[in-house]
Amino acid sequence: MKAMDAGTLTEPREGLHARPHIEVEVQQQSERQLPSRDVVFSIRDLSVYYGGFKAVRNVSLDIFQNQITALIGPSGCGKTTMIRCLNRMNDLIENARVDGEVLYHGVNLYDKRVDAVEVRRRIGMVFQRPNPFPKSIYDNITFGPKIAGFKGNMDELVEQSLQKAALWDEVKDRLKESAWSLSGGQQQRLCIARCVAVQPDVILMDEPCSALDPIATARVEDLMQDLKSEYSIVIVTHNMQQAARVSEMTAFFTAEVQEDQDRRTGVLVEYDKTEQIFTNPSDERTENYVTGRFG
Amino acid sequence: MASRAGSLTASDLVAASLHGRKRDIGGGIFQALLILALFVSLLVLLVLLYDVISGGISVFSERGADFLRGRLSIVTAATAGVGQGIFGTLLLTVIVVLVAFPLGIAAAIYLEEFAEDTRFNRFINVNIRNLAGVPSIVYGLLGLAIFVKLLAEFTGGRTALAGGLTLAVLVLPIVIITSAEALRAVPHSIREAGYGVGATRWEVIRSHVLPSAAPGILTGTVLSLSRAIGETAPLLLVGAVTGFLASGGASLYEQLYGGYTALPVVIFRWASLPSQDFRALTSAAIIVLLALTLTANALAIILRNRYERKW
Ligand SMILES: Nc1ncnc2c1ncn2[C@@H]1O[C@H](COP(=O)(O)OP(=O)(O)OP(=O)(O)O)[C@@H](O)[C@H]1O
Ligand SMILES: [Mg+2]
Repeated sequence: MKAMDAGTLTEPREGLHARPHIEVEVQQQSERQLPSRDVVFSIRDLSVYYGGFKAVRNVSLDIFQNQITALIGPSGCGKTTMIRCLNRMNDLIENARVDGEVLYHGVNLYDKRVDAVEVRRRIGMVFQRPNPFPKSIYDNITFGPKIAGFKGNMDELVEQSLQKAALWDEVKDRLKESAWSLSGGQQQRLCIARCVAVQPDVILMDEPCSALDPIATARVEDLMQDLKSEYSIVIVTHNMQQAARVSEMTAFFTAEVQEDQDRRTGVLVEYDKTEQIFTNPSDERTENYVTGRFG
Repeated sequence: MASRAGSLTASDLVAASLHGRKRDIGGGIFQALLILALFVSLLVLLVLLYDVISGGISVFSERGADFLRGRLSIVTAATAGVGQGIFGTLLLTVIVVLVAFPLGIAAAIYLEEFAEDTRFNRFINVNIRNLAGVPSIVYGLLGLAIFVKLLAEFTGGRTALAGGLTLAVLVLPIVIITSAEALRAVPHSIREAGYGVGATRWEVIRSHVLPSAAPGILTGTVLSLSRAIGETAPLLLVGAVTGFLASGGASLYEQLYGGYTALPVVIFRWASLPSQDFRALTSAAIIVLLALTLTANALAIILRNRYERKW
C-alpha cells in the first residue's frame, strides 16, 4: 500500500468482501512480497453479453503491477466493455452479463461475496469523456476521499492530487469555481486528479486523451509515467503511437463474426510486450492493424 | 487569367449564388400565421384580464384591505370579503406541500433510481401518467369516499384536512412525473463518475443526482401548487363551505378539523349570485386568486435560479 503524506485512508483496508474474509488477506500479503511483475488482474475466459448479444468472447490475459497495459483495436471490438469489467462498472448497465473470472490479486471480482463499491474504491476509472461533477473543483476532488472516510488534511490532499494530474498551477487560484468552467483538457486532468485522490491501486483509463489536444495529451502521458510507480494502469486507446509510447504490454482486440451470432463479437487476437506487438507481431491481423492496413 | 473585361469574375459568380433566391413566400406566410396564433391567444388573455380588473378594481379602491380581511357572506355584499378564502387556500396549500411533495419526490426517486425495469414497474409508470390526466372531479369523488367517509375518524369528515389531502392526492401524479423527469435528465456520466470513485448508490443519489435535479424538481412541484390553488370542483365535493362560515380566533387544530372554504370556491359561489354587487366582488376575488397563483409561479422561478447558482 502506498504511503501518502497527507494521511492515509483507514488502514488496514477491509477486504473487498462486505464481510472480512481471512483467506484473501493472506493471499494479498504473500503477493506483495513478490518482485515487480506481480499480477494485478488475471482475466480467465471472460465473455460479456448485452442481452442476447455476445460483445466479447473468451478473453484470457494477465495484467501486471506497476505497468501500463494498453488495449487497442478497431471501434466496436469491445475495449470499453472489457475495461469496464475490471471494476464492475458493467453492473450499472441493466442488461449486461459477465461470464468467466476476473481475478484481482487472486480474488474473483464477480464472486457473490465481493462488494462492487469496495472494488471501485480500489480500482478507479477515468472515462472517455470528461465527466466532472457539477460542483467546485475542490469538491470534485474531495468527494471520493470523504465517502471513503479520509481523516487527514483535505487541503493538502487536493493540492497533491491536482499536482499529480499536472493541473495545480492552472487552477490553484480558482478551486472554488465550478469544474464545468474548465476547458475539456483541464476537465479530463481534473477527472484524473479525482481518481488519484481516493488512492486506488489501479487506474483504468478509457481513451483519456480522445478529447485532448497534443499538448494536453503529452501531459497526460507524462502523468501516466509518473503514476506508474504507485499504480497499475490500464488504458484503452485508438492512438497507435500513444500505445507504443506509454505502455509496456499491449493487447490487440478485433471484432469477428461468430457462427452463433449475427453481430460481430470481440476477441483477443494477441497479447504481448508492446515492442513485440508493434515490431514483430505474431498474428497477421495484428500486423495489418498496427501498420494501418486494417480493412 | 488576364482578360477580365466583359466576362464575369469569380467573385461575381459566388456573389450571384450567395445572394440567393427570391423571398421565401411559403415561409413568410407560415411565419405570419404563427404570429397570428400567438396574438389571438394573447388577445383572449388580455380581454379576460381587462374584464376582471375593470370589474373588480372598484372593490379594492372603495374597501381596500377590508375586502381582503372580510368574511365570507352571500347576503351582504357591502361587508363580504375573501379573508377566510385566502386563509383556507393557504391552509390547503400547506397541507399539499407537507403531504404531496415528500411523498411524490420519494416515489419519483424510487421509480427512477431504484426500481428495476420490470413489466410491473413499467405498468405503474404508465398509470401514474394516466392518473395525471384524470379529471379533478373524479379526485373529488375519491376524496369524498376515502378522506371524508372512510377515514372520517382521522380527518373529522368535511374538514380542511380532508380537503387538503384530496388536493394532495390530486397533484401527486404531477409531482411524481415532473420529479422523475428532472431525475432522468441528470446525465448518466455524472452517476458513473460517482460510482467510479467508489460511492454507493445512495451516496451518488444524495450528493450528485438530487442536487442536479433539484431545480427541475422544485420548479415542477411549485408549479403543481398553482394547480392545487386553482381547483374548485373537488373541494365542492369534499365539503368546502360556500355560505356563511363561522370561525374566528380558532386554534390551528380547530381550523384543521373545522369547516373551511377556499378562494376558487368563494368565486364559484359569488359568481352564481344574481346581484350586481356580488359580480364586482367576484372579479375582485379572481384578482386575488390570480395574484396568489402568480406568486407561486414566481416563487418557482426564484427558487430555481437560486439553486442553479449555488455551486
Ligand atoms: N450498453 C450496451 N448495450 C448493448 N450493446 C452494447 C452496449 N455497449 C456496447 N455495446 C456493443 O458492444 C460492442 C462493443 O462495444 P464497446 O463499447 O466495448 O466497443 P469499443 O471497442 O470500446 O469501441 P470504441 O473504440 O468505438 O469505443 C459494440 O458492438 C457495441 O454496439
Ligand atoms: Mg470505447
